[in-house]
Amino acid sequence: MRLLTHNMLSSNIKGVTNGFPLRLEIEKAVEKQVDFNVDFLKNMFVKIEWKALVDASRAMGYVDLPDQTEPSMLDSDEFLKKFHHALLELHLEEGALICPETDRRFPVNKGIPNMLLHEDEV
Amino acid sequence: MSSRPELQAPPEIFYDDVEARKYTSSSRIIEIQAQLSGRALELLALPDDGVPRLLLDIGCGSGLSGETLSESGHQWIGLDISHSMLDVALEREVEGDLLLGDMGQGLGIRPGVIDGAISISAVQWLCNADKSSHEPRLRLKAFFGSLYRCLARGARAVFQVYPENLAQRELILGFAMRAGFAGGVVIDFPHSTKRRKEYLVLTCGPPSVNTAVPKGKGEDGESCSDDESSEDEENRMVCISDRRRPRKLQKITKKGKGREWILKKKEQMRRKGNVVPPDTKYTARKRKSRF
Repeated sequence: MRLLTHNMLSSNIKGVTNGFPLRLEIEKAVEKQVDFNVDFLKNMFVKIEWKALVDASRAMGYVDLPDQTEPSMLDSDEFLKKFHHALLELHLEEGALICPETDRRFPVNKGIPNMLLHEDEV
Repeated sequence: MSSRPELQAPPEIFYDDVEARKYTSSSRIIEIQAQLSGRALELLALPDDGVPRLLLDIGCGSGLSGETLSESGHQWIGLDISHSMLDVALEREVEGDLLLGDMGQGLGIRPGVIDGAISISAVQWLCNADKSSHEPRLRLKAFFGSLYRCLARGARAVFQVYPENLAQRELILGFAMRAGFAGGVVIDFPHSTKRRKEYLVLTCGPPSVNTAVPKGKGEDGESCSDDESSEDEENRMVCISDRRRPRKLQKITKKGKGREWILKKKEQMRRKGNVVPPDTKYTARKRKSRF
């Protein structure tokens, strides 16, 4: 699972008002090379919750992302490279996602998070 | 036993290892899936500016439909309830991210972030109650509600569906409308039983110019519009020959069905979506007597 997907996912349990961001529990992380595409990054930039991405990438052991951003930074190649790496190339392979409100654990196996809810959580 | 998979077992059980294997080994299934997802992507009508979008593939299965999305350069997130199918997707090394989840429980995605959603032959599963806790109406409501929230304004969702009957189609469409979607059903090849495919084309947001439902393939007049003018000319020609040689025409009608009948039949076949040779001056022409 890429951090892009982590940034989109929120906990879906009944009664949870703020299920975002899910905390990461990392057992194994991998890096995969992905083609660099500036247009996609610019398109995604406005939709990303920056703080969640920074926290997640730090949890994955990548510390180069700046704390604060502004749209003008999109012109800098260096920033885009870092953004690209954090968003698309860091994969959570084994571990879990944890709901921030209820501490419910969603296990991640072979890069696939299991988001199935129990009957009483729907 | 019914041939509809929804009636045989719940999706997470029906799509077991054996069934999932078919999606890598059967070239027929692969071809059909690629065709359907190609058409769904076409109906999604993303702006043609070369910018890759973030799309959602609901019921992605082994990632065959996702591959079509990757080929067009888009990033995608796939959701499926069957573990076996997702394992096959891993084996195929698809480029999108995969989630194990149930669409009837809601999607669990942040609001307004997805640029478009497709789903190939999945939504009709929602109409079944496979567990005692399942209530199809609530599941449809949860699904369309969460989908509406996660789509960006003006984004489209295209679902290829196999509704069992009219009531089921109305049910699905009704819940989509109640969630706030505008749109309708596009039917490709409505006259054919085999090639007939239904697509639900839904647009997020209030009705406007771009919420108009596109036309289906193989509907009256569309697929055969290019040879209409030439047809007219030939019809006129036939009329002329009628007047000049009434006797000969009588002979032809006695022996066979004649050109008009053949043209009518060819038109019918075309509407069904069959491959039919074009109408030319040789169509239904009589052979020379030495034959």
